[in-house]
Amino acid sequence: MNRIVSALFVAMMACTACLAQEDSAVFGLPTATETLVVRSTTDIGVFAPVMLDFLASRPNLAIAYEQWGSNDLATLAASHCAAGSGSADLVISSAVDLQVQLVNNGCAVAHRSPATDALPAARNWRNEIFGITEEPAVLIYNTQLVAPDEVPLSRFDLIDLLRPADSRFVGRVATYDIEASGLGYLFAFMDSLQANTFGRLLEAFGRSGAVATCCSAELIDAVADGRYLIAYNVLGSYALARADEDPRIGVRAPSDYALVLSRAALIPKHAKNVGAAGGFIDFLLSSAGQTALSEARLVVRIGGADGADFDLPGGGPSSLRPIALSPILLAGMDQHKRRIFLDQWRQNLRQK
Amino acid sequence: MPVNSAFRHIGARNGRPLSLASRLFLAIGLILLTGGIIVTAAALAYGHQAARNAFDRLLVGAANQISASISIVEGDPLVDLPVTALELLALAPEDRIAYRVIDPQGVTLTGYDDLALPPTDTDLSFFDGTFAGDPVRLVAVRRHFAERGFSGTVTTIVAHTTIARQALAWDIARNAWMMLAVAGIGMVALAVFSIRSALVPLKRIGQDLLARDPKDLTPLDIAVPRELRAIVDAINRFITRLHRQIDGMQNLISDSAHQLRTPISALRAQAQLAAEEQDPHRQSEIVSKILTRSVGLSRLTDQMLNRALVIHRGDSAAHKRIDLRRVAMAAAEVFDDGAIFEAGRLHLDLCETPAWVAGDALSLQEAVKNLISNALQHGAGRVTIAVLCQGGQAVLTVHDQGKGMTAEQAHLLGQRFLSADQHRTSGTGIGLSIAHAVAHAHGATMAVDIASNTGFTISLTIPLLHEERAT
Repeated sequence: MNRIVSALFVAMMACTACLAQEDSAVFGLPTATETLVVRSTTDIGVFAPVMLDFLASRPNLAIAYEQWGSNDLATLAASHCAAGSGSADLVISSAVDLQVQLVNNGCAVAHRSPATDALPAARNWRNEIFGITEEPAVLIYNTQLVAPDEVPLSRFDLIDLLRPADSRFVGRVATYDIEASGLGYLFAFMDSLQANTFGRLLEAFGRSGAVATCCSAELIDAVADGRYLIAYNVLGSYALARADEDPRIGVRAPSDYALVLSRAALIPKHAKNVGAAGGFIDFLLSSAGQTALSEARLVVRIGGADGADFDLPGGGPSSLRPIALSPILLAGMDQHKRRIFLDQWRQNLRQK
Repeated sequence: MPVNSAFRHIGARNGRPLSLASRLFLAIGLILLTGGIIVTAAALAYGHQAARNAFDRLLVGAANQISASISIVEGDPLVDLPVTALELLALAPEDRIAYRVIDPQGVTLTGYDDLALPPTDTDLSFFDGTFAGDPVRLVAVRRHFAERGFSGTVTTIVAHTTIARQALAWDIARNAWMMLAVAGIGMVALAVFSIRSALVPLKRIGQDLLARDPKDLTPLDIAVPRELRAIVDAINRFITRLHRQIDGMQNLISDSAHQLRTPISALRAQAQLAAEEQDPHRQSEIVSKILTRSVGLSRLTDQMLNRALVIHRGDSAAHKRIDLRRVAMAAAEVFDDGAIFEAGRLHLDLCETPAWVAGDALSLQEAVKNLISNALQHGAGRVTIAVLCQGGQAVLTVHDQGKGMTAEQAHLLGQRFLSADQHRTSGTGIGLSIAHAVAHAHGATMAVDIASNTGFTISLTIPLLHEERAT
């Protein structure tokens, strides 16, 4: 591994040609004869060890990795699908609703292997889109400002916490601004499909003056700083990664139910290196790949079992709600539906 | 039938006919093959129809849900797309889905704006189209609004690809096919069983024939199914014919032995006597006796051979349409020495219309000749040969004015040897027995009238041919 890393030709270059591309890098030996083009929303730094593990046994293969924002990645993939050229070989995105839409629009090719057959139905649709990670939506809190017994175990606890007019949590609970964050919108929309907790939660947010803010990093920073005491629906992989470094961050999965996001990988219709893309998907789904993803905090193990990353107090596996890769996700992207949903959201939360 | 000729063709290639089992298997195979093709086609058609009906309901259910979710907000239709509608469509798990909601002006409110529009202007219509390169089934549902600020028709179109439909159609067809395969196996098993059981009586016939004493020529007496009765009957007719011919041959041999031995030894004794006789006068007397005996012997031999011939023909010669009057005339002509008719010794009395019967002219002539010969030899006075047609029967009678035969003799009629004088070698009962055999072979009856005081009449009654009876 070290030998390969030392021999790595890693090129980091700022993107100027394309507006939305955030970053890019090439992994692999200079002698590689084959290149796999991967476009993804995952940070290069987080995903690099996984790619290096994959390339360790494939000296002839290099990976050209491009990091994109989720909306731009989806727009780009859709335009490549329509144009019939320029496609990446593999597109991996946390915006699974947009990925499902690409599949529904016929922009992906099927890949079938024992590894994909072994996936649960929620993580494989039409053998064209695969859920490669397991990342719960969690609550984070400031460990210095919130006493352990104050930390809400579930959404009901959170609602109760916000109820008193003189609660010190008023105005200090935050969540994603779902108009700016695709992931925040997806989590909120999935919440709206679960029971009627969502309506009460939204109401409580509105009453207590909860704050909607953009992006995981900002949310986590603000909680660490103590500007917010609690942030709701933060992507567990980022939160855990930060909690590893920053003791001010506490992470908890709601015990009533925890949404679990599986980052979705698909091979675009006009991909050139379909074989290598399929091989990479199979690696990601293999136990070696899942271990690598687990080390990158992209596969988070929840529950009381040994090796779990954190507890799901009072809940078991039955309280996990994977976000299924299915056309049902299209509902959230409907223009009218989105308008109605955002109106309802805006009425309750103030943006910041 | 082409199937039959196909069997024959296949059989001919091997140089021998196909076994019954192979024929049946081939026939069942052909039935199953054609049946299989028909059933598969029918099942596929049915499967397509059933799948179409089932999934069309899904489509229309989803479309109705979406349509029902439309509300008028501030004068504009707003679609609160129900997730359950998509869940309904996701029941076809592999299928891609699309929807489109259009306002009265044809502007897409939400959904895929490249989705095809319905070809007809009805509130509910199904149609086919494509979506992102794949064939889809579409449904369009219309909802009419008449509200303050908005009135008009909003159309909801829902589509999904046809993977689940095809899968269900094939599933139904495959199940039908499986049923057919099971039925086919059942049919083959039943066929094997029925072939085996159908062949059991044939085996029994073969075993019975094989187990027989070589001299046993009695008819088969085996219980067989109706379908095999014809074969057993044919075998029995064959055995009977064989029996009769062997009898005839045996009779010929034993008659010859019995009838010829005495006259031949007598001839030999007389010839020896003649050879030893010194006196020329006596010698010529003996020679004259030898001559007389030779003539008698010759006639006897003739008759015996004739009888064998007649019996043989009775079994083998084909019956033709003949006029019984011609038979009578031909038989009488044999006795014409140029004077017998003129002398009034022989007289023909024939009806005026032809007496058509089915028969063998040669055998009948032989029979009649024998009757005439008997009348001339043993009877007395005028001999009349008459042919009458009455009541569908042709009757040929030979009448003489002698005293005829006794009742006991008449009773023995038809046996081989019967003669008024048992010691005479020239006169023979063979004649009557020939006549009797011929009558039997023609389905005729032979009768004697011994009651009459006016002489003796012997008659042959043969059925007239059907078309002659009608006239």
